[in-house]
Amino acid sequence: MAYKIVGSQCTNCTACEALCPNEAISEAKGTFVIDPAKCTECIGHFDTPQCVAICPVDETCVIDSAYPRYEA
Amino acid sequence: MTEAFFPEDHSNGSVDSASSADPAVDISDVMQKMAEHKGCGTEGGSGKASCGSSGGPEDMPAEIWEKVKNHPCYSEEAHHHYARMHVAVAPACNIQCNYCNRKYDCANESRPGVVSERLTPEQASKKVLAVASTIPQMTVLGIAGPGDPLANPGKTFETFRLISEVAPDIKLCLSTNGLALPDWVDEIAKYKVDHVTITINMIDPEVGQHIYPWIFWENKRLQGYEAAKILTERQLLGLEMLTERGILAKINSVMIPGINDKHLVEVNKAVKSRGAFLHNIMPLISAPEHGTVFGLNGQRGPTAQELKALQDECEGDMNMMRHCRQCRADAVGLLGEDRSAEFTTDKIMAMEVEYDAEGRKAYQQAVESERQAKVEAKKGQLDGLEAAGDMKLLVAVATKGHGVINEHFGHAKEFQIYELSQTGAKFVGHRRVDLYCQGGYGEEDALETVIKAINDCHAVFVAKIGGCPKADLTEAGIEPVDQYAHEFIEQSALVWFKDYLVKVAAGEIVHTDRGDAAIRQGALIQQAG
Repeated sequence: MAYKIVGSQCTNCTACEALCPNEAISEAKGTFVIDPAKCTECIGHFDTPQCVAICPVDETCVIDSAYPRYEA
Repeated sequence: MTEAFFPEDHSNGSVDSASSADPAVDISDVMQKMAEHKGCGTEGGSGKASCGSSGGPEDMPAEIWEKVKNHPCYSEEAHHHYARMHVAVAPACNIQCNYCNRKYDCANESRPGVVSERLTPEQASKKVLAVASTIPQMTVLGIAGPGDPLANPGKTFETFRLISEVAPDIKLCLSTNGLALPDWVDEIAKYKVDHVTITINMIDPEVGQHIYPWIFWENKRLQGYEAAKILTERQLLGLEMLTERGILAKINSVMIPGINDKHLVEVNKAVKSRGAFLHNIMPLISAPEHGTVFGLNGQRGPTAQELKALQDECEGDMNMMRHCRQCRADAVGLLGEDRSAEFTTDKIMAMEVEYDAEGRKAYQQAVESERQAKVEAKKGQLDGLEAAGDMKLLVAVATKGHGVINEHFGHAKEFQIYELSQTGAKFVGHRRVDLYCQGGYGEEDALETVIKAINDCHAVFVAKIGGCPKADLTEAGIEPVDQYAHEFIEQSALVWFKDYLVKVAAGEIVHTDRGDAAIRQGALIQQAG
């Protein structure tokens, strides 16, 4: 699974974008989005997903169950 | 626009180096150096530094005066004459505070962390030129967020670089939570940023855990005591490093009754001993509609009297800033006014801007003469105040700036508060009375709001006032005074005070203490038109 950003909650603070080890996050249509093809849930990079850890609004960077679990 | 946000290498002993077991610098050494640098006696650590926010050129060494004389935040004197602007280039933050909710952005709100547009460094530079050309007394450019400037170091320092190229006379400053500060002090020194504000709300993690739910540290979210411990260590280390380099540091503290109000006295001692130049204790801004943890759980802010009592207590150790307006991360103008709506990105991109360094200099020289005239006028009224004895009272003043009573009562968006005593007239604060977005005092009429805000004052000085409010104020025990229109504030207040003392002595009036006043939690809004 990849992470996704709940657009209605995103404050556009940009914090997640620079922390993503996969450069999977970019700005689109006034909010930030995660490219599920690039997201590795930070497995192999960090103990916790960086976007989740830095996001100022709870429940905004969440697992996108539409995609299968990432395998390192 | 990927940039190196947080230094990759926090594991390099940076946490340990902040611990008290292995201090990076010797505090007593730093204190001494700072004291010498400022020319202020520290008198073995217990005496009060003789320079500070309300000081003039005679109170501090020339090089410090040069740094603060036209900085509205660092000099109370300067804030009547000079303007500042903030550019919102730093949206990301590396900590969470219970008094902040980044989700809510209302153009009608005035509080830190709130901003309407985020700018690129290039847009910010253009905006600075546009504002500098329109407002010649704009002397200071600050980066204060809406997140943390040092959590966005690429954008922050690129903005400083661009501005120092196009407008080298503008002073640069930044305001940070301090978590990343030790990593960037050398970069700050490189760009000649000589004013840095650190928000320090506690020095005890037991207290801190009730203010900060989490910090982002070494690629993890840390919570509770552990998070607050790292934060306070980093803040104090950062302050010591600034002091070592001769960079002026101002400490902002948010007063949260029941959580850190008493503790701020300890914070004050800690920052003073590490060479901080100025301490700014601000009231908590907290209302449910802000969506902050404190707003939602009903945490109240302090009353005017509680705030002043704490500021007075800390002033025994250090000079206090009392003129802070807790402005937005994109504020433009004199403190207490916000002209940011005149300088939106669309408007500045359409502006033809020519930077007139000479014109600005000439204007600022005129401001300087005006200021000296004001100081002289005040000196002339200092004699004959002995009759006041122990009496101290507050008066409110309606002013649009320049240190003059030049605002109509009904147009005032804020009142400046002066304390009159045997020693003279001293600026001790301000009260906002503008209309607001939502909440606050609800349906009440405007005059009631004003009376609540200045209820601790004996008189209100205005350029003009209508008959109705005059009668209502008098009934509330606040004397409306309009005979000093367009005259200097302090001089006029002292003339009035001496007259008041004569009347008290003659038994014409009985001096009584006033009650408390409310600090407004609402928003500063643009005057229509």
